[in-house]
Amino acid sequence: MNEIIKVENLRRDFLVGEETVHALRDISFNITEGEFVTIMGTSGSGKSTLLNILGCLDVPTEGEYYLDGVPVRKMGKNDRAMLRNRKIGFVFQSYNLLPKTTALENVELPLLYNKTVNSAQRKAKSHKALESVGLADRINHRSNQMSGGQQQRVAIARALVNDPVIILADEATGNLDTRTSFEILTLFQEMHAQGRTILFVTHNQEIARYGSRNIVLRDGKVIEDRKNGSIASAKDTLASLPAEEE
Amino acid sequence: MNYKNLILIALRALTNNKMRAFLTMLGIIIGVASVISMLAIGAGSKQSIRDEIGQMGSNMIMVQPGNGSFGGVRQSASSMQTLKMTDYESLVRETNYLSKITPTVSSSGQAVKGANNSPTTIYGVNEQYIDIRGYSVGSGNMFTAQDIRKAAKVCIVGQTVVDNLFSAGEDPLGKTIRFGKIPLKIVGVLEAKGYNTMGMDQDDLILAPYTTVQKRILAITYLQGITAAALSEEYSNQAIEEITEILQRNHAIKIGQENDFNVRSQQEMMETMSSVMDMMTILLGCIAGISLLVGGIGIMNIMYVSVTERTREIGLRMSIGAMGRHILMQFLIEAVIISVTGGIIGVLVGIGASGLIKMIAGWPVSIQAYSIVLAFVVCTVTGIFFGWYPAKKASDLNPIDAIRYE
Repeated sequence: MNEIIKVENLRRDFLVGEETVHALRDISFNITEGEFVTIMGTSGSGKSTLLNILGCLDVPTEGEYYLDGVPVRKMGKNDRAMLRNRKIGFVFQSYNLLPKTTALENVELPLLYNKTVNSAQRKAKSHKALESVGLADRINHRSNQMSGGQQQRVAIARALVNDPVIILADEATGNLDTRTSFEILTLFQEMHAQGRTILFVTHNQEIARYGSRNIVLRDGKVIEDRKNGSIASAKDTLASLPAEEE
Repeated sequence: MNYKNLILIALRALTNNKMRAFLTMLGIIIGVASVISMLAIGAGSKQSIRDEIGQMGSNMIMVQPGNGSFGGVRQSASSMQTLKMTDYESLVRETNYLSKITPTVSSSGQAVKGANNSPTTIYGVNEQYIDIRGYSVGSGNMFTAQDIRKAAKVCIVGQTVVDNLFSAGEDPLGKTIRFGKIPLKIVGVLEAKGYNTMGMDQDDLILAPYTTVQKRILAITYLQGITAAALSEEYSNQAIEEITEILQRNHAIKIGQENDFNVRSQQEMMETMSSVMDMMTILLGCIAGISLLVGGIGIMNIMYVSVTERTREIGLRMSIGAMGRHILMQFLIEAVIISVTGGIIGVLVGIGASGLIKMIAGWPVSIQAYSIVLAFVVCTVTGIFFGWYPAKKASDLNPIDAIRYE
């Protein structure tokens, strides 16, 4: 199996005033293709710092991080931007769609920063991505005309459009009600079933049941890393929820 | 990175904020429109003054006797007798820069026709005078070279003289009037020119052959002046130099010695007037320029606010792969689009406003092509200059902080 993420003795220190804060202390793990990893931890556990590094937004103080075999620590800002553009799909808690912009235009965004994609390809890929999240009929809706769940679907389509090696989700269900959360989780599980590699950072312990592997952080260290033998189906959970009242 | 995409990105961002983009543009629109209309007013006034002076003969050059002293007593120009027919003749013979030239003598006096009389001035000139001064013959004819040779008792009169001496509807052609004691037959009437910028009635005159005025009215042999026309305005200075040289030689004036004549051109006068108008144009332009500057600062202000307001958007763009320079270019292009679009609208508004001023206030305006080019260049530069700092600030944002900015 392809190693998508390889983290070796990762440390990240921040200088806050006079004090050095050790946000990550000697973290190592590998993620192989097709895994659905949930990363848990309370606030202050270092999960945001880890996500920033895995997302190539930040670099470790020590240790090395390989994304799809590429060492990232010594990379320049622009090279990391390129790497994010080609290999990573981000899904954020607050969707971060461009305001007053259509679903299609939002999804197109990563491809606009990729000069190897021409406008016809861009359109085609964006359409496909929107179809795959079930928004084929809302392509020209503006972000402010959509519900939270729909907006997050657009954000997921945007993460998928560049066909990334990994999808990094940061509390992707954090802003959604229970029902919609499970709809989105179902979508993640579908993507997982299609062979996508997903890393889902959350403080919601329940979500660990739906991933294939769970890593727990505390005080900058991995305190638990185990495979999930019996993955629960978000679809079933969704079906078992009481029907929405009108 | 291809610029087509960046422009597309910038355009989409602008259309998301139409109202704000328009308000920002408004500063530039007003700035550019005022630059264009102010310069148009300035240039228009200058042109109209030039035209008026031009009607008097913009390439006209006047030679007058002057600076003479007789037995230690400095004499007035009119009593000097330094200009002779030989001066006129050598000028005619030797000139390269003059297209027309006439001797001039004049006398003030009373013109009489029957019971009517009118104080006026008679100018003794040759047939080229009307071309030099920009007169034209309305009815009848100019007197001829033949008349000049014979010192014929003929004249051509201005409209004011006709009005004063003849009753309405009476045809003055062929009639004889008297100037002093001399009867003169009217062979032509000048087209009316009206008052000049100095408020002088340009139609209150009688033109007669200079020989007639010299011999029959003034009884002199010298000339009171020589009036000439340079080939064109541009040759005025060469023509003055040429005349000065010829006359200095004729009058045997040594180097360092004062000339006993003056050569002046209409051009000089026009330049004085022009410099006043230029000053006014510069003043107007400066005021308008300041409003353009304020417009530019408006762009900077809005772009600044926009960067802060769109911090999360910038963070998002960076996290999905936009490099610093992409962000920089996006904001810069947005600023330039605002300023250039504002510039285009401003040019149109400026042209419209100039037209309106012309129509309503009746001021002469002349829209200057250079002011349009200038406005465009200034707009683009303004966009880049005032857009740079906010754009730089945006591109320097840390994506981690930006994406979580509240």
